[in-house]
Amino acid sequence: MLEIKDLHASVEGKEILKGLNLNVKAGEIHAVMGPNGAGKSTLANIIAGKEEYEVTAGGILLDGEDIEELAAEERAHKGVFLSFQYPVEIPGVTVTNFMKTAINETRKAQGLEEMPAKDMLKKIREKSELLEIDRKFLSRSLNEGFSGGEKKRNEIFQMAMMEPKLAILDETDSGLDIDALRIVANGVNRLKSENNAIVVITHYQRLLDHIVPDYVHVLYDGKIVKSGSKELALELEEKGYDWIKEEINA
Amino acid sequence: MELKDKLVSSFLAFENTINVDAPVHDIRSQAIKVFEEKGFPTKKEEAWKYTSLNAILKHDYSIFPKEENALEFKDVKKYFLYDLDTYKIVFIDGKYSSHLSETTHDKIDVCLMSSALSHEKYKPIVDNYFNKIARQDGLTSLNTAFSKEGAYIYIPKNKLADKPVQIIHFSTGKESAQMLQPRNLIVVEENSHVQIIERHQSLTDNPVLTNSVTEIFVDKRAIVDYYKIQNDNQTASLIDNTYIEQQGQSVASVHTFAFGGNLTRNNLNFFQKGEGIDSILNGVTIIEGKQHVDHNTLVHHQEPNCESHQDYKGIFDEKATGVFNGKIIVDKEAQKTNAFQSNNNILLSDKATINSKPQLEIFADDVKCSHGCTIGQLDDNALFYMKSRGIGEKEARALLMYAFANNVLESVKIPQLKTRINKLIANKLGVDIGFDL
Repeated sequence: MLEIKDLHASVEGKEILKGLNLNVKAGEIHAVMGPNGAGKSTLANIIAGKEEYEVTAGGILLDGEDIEELAAEERAHKGVFLSFQYPVEIPGVTVTNFMKTAINETRKAQGLEEMPAKDMLKKIREKSELLEIDRKFLSRSLNEGFSGGEKKRNEIFQMAMMEPKLAILDETDSGLDIDALRIVANGVNRLKSENNAIVVITHYQRLLDHIVPDYVHVLYDGKIVKSGSKELALELEEKGYDWIKEEINA
Repeated sequence: MELKDKLVSSFLAFENTINVDAPVHDIRSQAIKVFEEKGFPTKKEEAWKYTSLNAILKHDYSIFPKEENALEFKDVKKYFLYDLDTYKIVFIDGKYSSHLSETTHDKIDVCLMSSALSHEKYKPIVDNYFNKIARQDGLTSLNTAFSKEGAYIYIPKNKLADKPVQIIHFSTGKESAQMLQPRNLIVVEENSHVQIIERHQSLTDNPVLTNSVTEIFVDKRAIVDYYKIQNDNQTASLIDNTYIEQQGQSVASVHTFAFGGNLTRNNLNFFQKGEGIDSILNGVTIIEGKQHVDHNTLVHHQEPNCESHQDYKGIFDEKATGVFNGKIIVDKEAQKTNAFQSNNNILLSDKATINSKPQLEIFADDVKCSHGCTIGQLDDNALFYMKSRGIGEKEARALLMYAFANNVLESVKIPQLKTRINKLIANKLGVDIGFDL
């Protein structure tokens, strides 16, 4: 589903990704781990289509199609979703109306009719229950005054609403207490199917206790330097990243 | 001939068309002298530092409409709030259009200034209120000198106007350039309530200059909600002079939606004459091209325990220029005043300009006054966030702008009007998304 080939990318002239390869098939969960500054968030933002990053070599294919030239919204229309590390506060737009607009704009782009209001409400109700979100929360301004945990839960609620083909979760566990972590992970697991794929980007292993990956990759200095099964995550948790650095630099 | 000279010399011709024996005529004669002396304001005056009338005073305006022009409702329907039952006072090129209007004398008076100025029945009200709070500056005096037509609304005490009133001024521009000077008088007595929607609409590419004066008297415990829709075409300019006097425990609100026109200047003045008054001044300005909108507000707190709330939002694109000059005066007697003012702006282009100037003159010592002004751009991170959820660039920008103005839009009390304004904004921003936030 997602094929990243020899991706080089820079921001403001500084090269951050230096030949990254990643292959994700439908039905799989991949974890990308790595120390701070390795390029994890850059990878997430580049897949979602943030414009500040310049791809200097290599490419990103979604279902075989090069998406590099597509705008962020076009990628979303094709089923790419990014759960933000730092969700943006947007005063004046409620969660519900943001989702209505997002879904209907996506449907329009896909040549579909707007979703009938009744179906929309039903969907919102179902998905907010899945994430144990209070109804009152939905009529608040998007992310405004939300706690860190509420913001992350709201991101996964949006994921549930958008039903993406490919979801990138960027540091979704940061700011979550243990109960919220369980709720969020449970939500993600329920959304998982044979037809979609999830890339979990994280510094720590603890989210992977709940969202169990098929593959774990270590991102270091702009490249995937090691890949393995979920046991690799445990090893990283135990030993930290230094041994990887030593291995690379040796 | 300069416009000023032309106006002064036209006054004699004007006198031939009216009853010079009416008491108001002394007021007019006095006013033309004031205008002759003061003329049009220039940028040398502090209050006009950022707005020059030079360019719009150069046209050779006709001062009196020469012919009566008719309009069919179907052709101008879109300028009305047609999905709402309202009274309507409609003018075409400064002349009353009975065909498009719906007035009343049933318990309340919703009719014409020309009737009010000429019929004996209205004399007590006119004597009491006409030109009593209008400032004696050049522009207002000019309007007073030529005051003849406009809206007259009188709500006696303990009456609710059973439906809102729309005041609409059309200019057809069949005669090249045209100057209009509507004069409105609105008197709302104790415990009464009225909602008014005002619009100036040019239907021509010929230049139009409107110099409008509205006096509004809000008696004890009365409520007046006034909405100004300024979405005119590129050759129409408007100078709106509105004066509001409030008595104890009354609530008056004015919303100004400035979405277009060549040059728009709003002189909005509130005078608080009793205790427990609330004055609300809200505005949304969204302009582009070379449009210019200047909000010049004054709230004069003269008695204790009153409030005022000002919230002006501005979005400026291309080479548009905006001005916000908000003056608050708190007299020594006006203890326990709460006066709030906020002016937030977004500049969408490097060439757009906003000049924002709060002016607080506080002579009382036990007051709460605050003012805040921001000037910023649309947040790129917020745009990316929205786009990553499938919302297109144009729609995302529109949604952010709409959200920016949302709290002012939310305070519109007439649902049909709120819907209409949302549609106007969507049209302006070129998007087709339901803004039912």
